[in-house]
Amino acid sequence: MRYMLLIYRDEKVYEQLSVPERGKIFQEAFDYSEARRPSGFYQGGEPLEPTGTATTVRMRNGEALMTDGPFAETKEQLAGYTIVEARDLDEVLAFATRHPLVKAGLSIEVRPIRVGPPQ
Amino acid sequence: MGIEEIFRADYGRILATLIRLLGDIDVAEEALQEAFAAALEQWPAAGIPANPVSWLVSTGRHKAIDRLRRRAWLEEKQDEIARHIELSTHQLDLQSADDEETPVPEDRLRLIFTCCHPALATEAQVALTLRTLGGLSTEEIARAFLVPAPTMAQRLVRAKAKIRTARIPYEVPPTEALAERLEAAMVVVYLVFNEGYTASFGARLVRNELCEQAIRLGRMLVELLPIHAEPKGLLALMLLHDSRRETRLDASGDLVLLEDQDRTRWDRAQIDEGAALVEAALSEGGRPPGPYALQAAIAALHAQAATAAATDWQQIAALYGVLARVHPTPVVELNRAVAVAMSSGLERGLALLDTLDGDGGLAGYHLLSAARAELLRRLGRHAEAVESYRQALALVSNEAERKHLEKRLREVTS
Repeated sequence: MRYMLLIYRDEKVYEQLSVPERGKIFQEAFDYSEARRPSGFYQGGEPLEPTGTATTVRMRNGEALMTDGPFAETKEQLAGYTIVEARDLDEVLAFATRHPLVKAGLSIEVRPIRVGPPQ
Repeated sequence: MGIEEIFRADYGRILATLIRLLGDIDVAEEALQEAFAAALEQWPAAGIPANPVSWLVSTGRHKAIDRLRRRAWLEEKQDEIARHIELSTHQLDLQSADDEETPVPEDRLRLIFTCCHPALATEAQVALTLRTLGGLSTEEIARAFLVPAPTMAQRLVRAKAKIRTARIPYEVPPTEALAERLEAAMVVVYLVFNEGYTASFGARLVRNELCEQAIRLGRMLVELLPIHAEPKGLLALMLLHDSRRETRLDASGDLVLLEDQDRTRWDRAQIDEGAALVEAALSEGGRPPGPYALQAAIAALHAQAATAAATDWQQIAALYGVLARVHPTPVVELNRAVAVAMSSGLERGLALLDTLDGDGGLAGYHLLSAARAELLRRLGRHAEAVESYRQALALVSNEAERKHLEKRLREVTS
């Protein structure tokens, strides 16, 4: 079964970090995930640019309206995602709790990926 | 044993086995209901089978497979479900059905770890545990927690949907995770107990039922995880508290303090069982005792004192000292201060309370003011005691405790 790990960070905290510091955190996370690729557990993932670059599209009075910024102003913002193939939730949670990004203070939301049409 | 008794005593055991066989809590619950309905229909005429639990498991399983077959046919989702049935009949061929359908202790252990999974909200963990292992109806659980029945039903539906959709496993956690997960399960069991024991609202009957359920779950953990010490400590703690249940409130529902309780009405059998479990939990070699075992040891000293005056406060203060190291919380410190006051002098206890007050961790906690008021009263410093009783009264929310504090306040002002 596949799960998506949604990675959240406080961008204000992230902005305080130096470029080498950001690079170090990214590299650790990259290595951590890649180590699980050969077994088929890690299926891929990508980092996202900060929410300052986001555009949100929604319907308003029958028209598609574009707004500058993320879907919602929140304390933590979506920073990237990871897709894994796991036996059950516990396997994913064990991976997430030891994740270098969690150790670096980020949060990970685990969501099962739906199979088939909506129920 | 009648059908009613079997339902009450073996609900969790039968359901846990059906979940293993059918792979889904909802399907298993439905199967169990159908099996009991069939029993009500057949047993009065045919007599109770030699092994009623196996009969119910087997009947429930067949009913569920029939229903899945019918549903598959109706929905023409044949391939998926047919494969499921093929698999289960295949399994039937491989090992004899009898073997597979025999409830094994691990079934209930798997179920409690699923219900108490940290990915579920604590209130959902509690509700699910009582529903599946305790066999309580949604209405009974709703009444016990003062929640409207539809809200509780919704809570259970959501929790079960999450277990299914996010695939929370139905298994005993691996060794490296077991201690942490066991801790979470024990928190749920103790929460159920405390809800039954300390809450001042709700019908007495419902509350007693919660205490009994918690003790039953505690027994299950002790029985299924015999090498672990803390479940023994937890069960002992609950038995020892529960032994005093009848004497905690007087005829008019007012709180009776430990020292004023009628000790002849304490349940001796429960105290003996609790004390023996404390011994077992403390003597388990190698590891230092855990918080449940230590609290149970303290409860045992209270329960075994022939009179309030004979209480071994010295030993209790020492145990609180150990507890404060393994489980450092302001409430433990507060209890330690009281034990020190009783064993080494009221003034010393009062001094400890003052340092606690300065730390601020208990700001707004009525029992800190109440404890200070009590010590001041015993010291004869009535004016200061009045002040502290008033502070405690401003913070207390439990009705029985309020009445007690008001009574004390009247005593020191007159």
